[in-house]
Amino acid sequence: MAPRICALCHKAKAMLKRPKTGQQICRECFFYVFETEVHNTITQSHLFSPGDRVAIGASGGKDSTVLAYVMKTLNERYNYSLDLFLLSIDEGITGYRDDSLETVKRNQQQYDMPLKILSYDELYGWTMDAIVSQIGRKNNCTFCGVFRRQALDRGAAMLNVDHIVTGHNADDIAETVLMNIMRGDIARLGRCTAICTQGEDTIRRSKPFKYAYEKEIVMYAYFKKLDYFSTECIYSPDAYRGHARAFLKDLEAARPSAIIDIIHSGEAFEIKDEIKATQKLQQTCQRCGYMSSNTLCKACTLLEGLERGMANSGITDRARKKLEAEGPTPENLRTIPYFATPSGNPAIAVSIPLETAL
Amino acid sequence: MSTISLKIEFGGGLELLFANQRSHRIDIPCRVSTDNDTTVKELNEKEAKAVDVSYLVHHMRDHMLKERAELFMENGTVRPGILVLINDTDWELEGEGEYQLKNGDEVVFISTLHGG
Repeated sequence: MAPRICALCHKAKAMLKRPKTGQQICRECFFYVFETEVHNTITQSHLFSPGDRVAIGASGGKDSTVLAYVMKTLNERYNYSLDLFLLSIDEGITGYRDDSLETVKRNQQQYDMPLKILSYDELYGWTMDAIVSQIGRKNNCTFCGVFRRQALDRGAAMLNVDHIVTGHNADDIAETVLMNIMRGDIARLGRCTAICTQGEDTIRRSKPFKYAYEKEIVMYAYFKKLDYFSTECIYSPDAYRGHARAFLKDLEAARPSAIIDIIHSGEAFEIKDEIKATQKLQQTCQRCGYMSSNTLCKACTLLEGLERGMANSGITDRARKKLEAEGPTPENLRTIPYFATPSGNPAIAVSIPLETAL
Repeated sequence: MSTISLKIEFGGGLELLFANQRSHRIDIPCRVSTDNDTTVKELNEKEAKAVDVSYLVHHMRDHMLKERAELFMENGTVRPGILVLINDTDWELEGEGEYQLKNGDEVVFISTLHGG
């Protein structure tokens, strides 16, 4: 087969077929279009303002490694004037996270960015290894997911940043759209395609790779020889997500635009006001000050279950009732440190009389 | 039987299925069975083809893979979500499985399925 010529520069040999467009392009043009598309996503969504302090959620995996590299590149090329940080969460999984954190530490040197590592152990008093040894491999992803989300916010607060960016890519988002449809989770379906999420007290979170295909992220990392870590978590793959992912990859093989089409469908859903009205209002957790839709946030509920030896109480209603029947929460229970937003004000819902507020 | 020599590389965690070794050098026959049967010793020239990537993938499954073949192959080709590069070029530009291998070719397989 004769070598094909790049559809953009018409000079160099094409090295890659873009899944999004079918275009055949060379390595240099690929770097340029990939970076420019991320830049366009950032500017069109007004993700940052000059002077913002931005934490990159870094796991050492391909997506966050490429994100750190591209954020640094664009910040310099287009003078975003951002202060960039790497923020890693150490779940305490021996043989998995300890290895991937070594990658993040190398990235810190390679990209010359300050790094903050926050561990489940220091925040919750429990590593995932300890949690799994108590509860087994069922439901451990629930603990990990809830704990990670809160840990990222708390780490960001410690770094005093305005904004967290994560490496979620187009494939991840399409997968989440599918999962939310299959679970009938209308509330999440409505917000899972948002490029940026922000509650009143929460730190802004956004996904600059929202429209970047996984294939291109992996190709980018490969061509740039970026240093990333890839091993599956040793504690159970998320089985449901695994099925959604395999299904999505099959769709992509048949028609590469499927991924962007699913994201588009997700964005086009409109949630009726009467459905929205049934959704719980945000409040702050009585015990730790983190945002919550109940009096206790999910992390405090799960932690109490762990501490009292009834870990399932945060998972099922039946186990929760059993825990409540055991009596009130002991006073000396280990709790999560009180949450404060970077402004220095604790995240408490303050009710201000309307006249004063205006 | 004349053979060609290839360099095979794994990335993205795929090496875990191949004895956790990222780089392999292998020799495979120049002429192979059209049905990608890798056990055939006496080749009938009517059922022979020049060795291609499709055969290579079967060869890897039958002779190199250590565990969980279903994570590498599906429906006679590599599983969706595994990227293949032939001499650093996306195999989609090279005819995918029909690419005829040459002596010294380098083929890279990268899984995109592992967490980010």
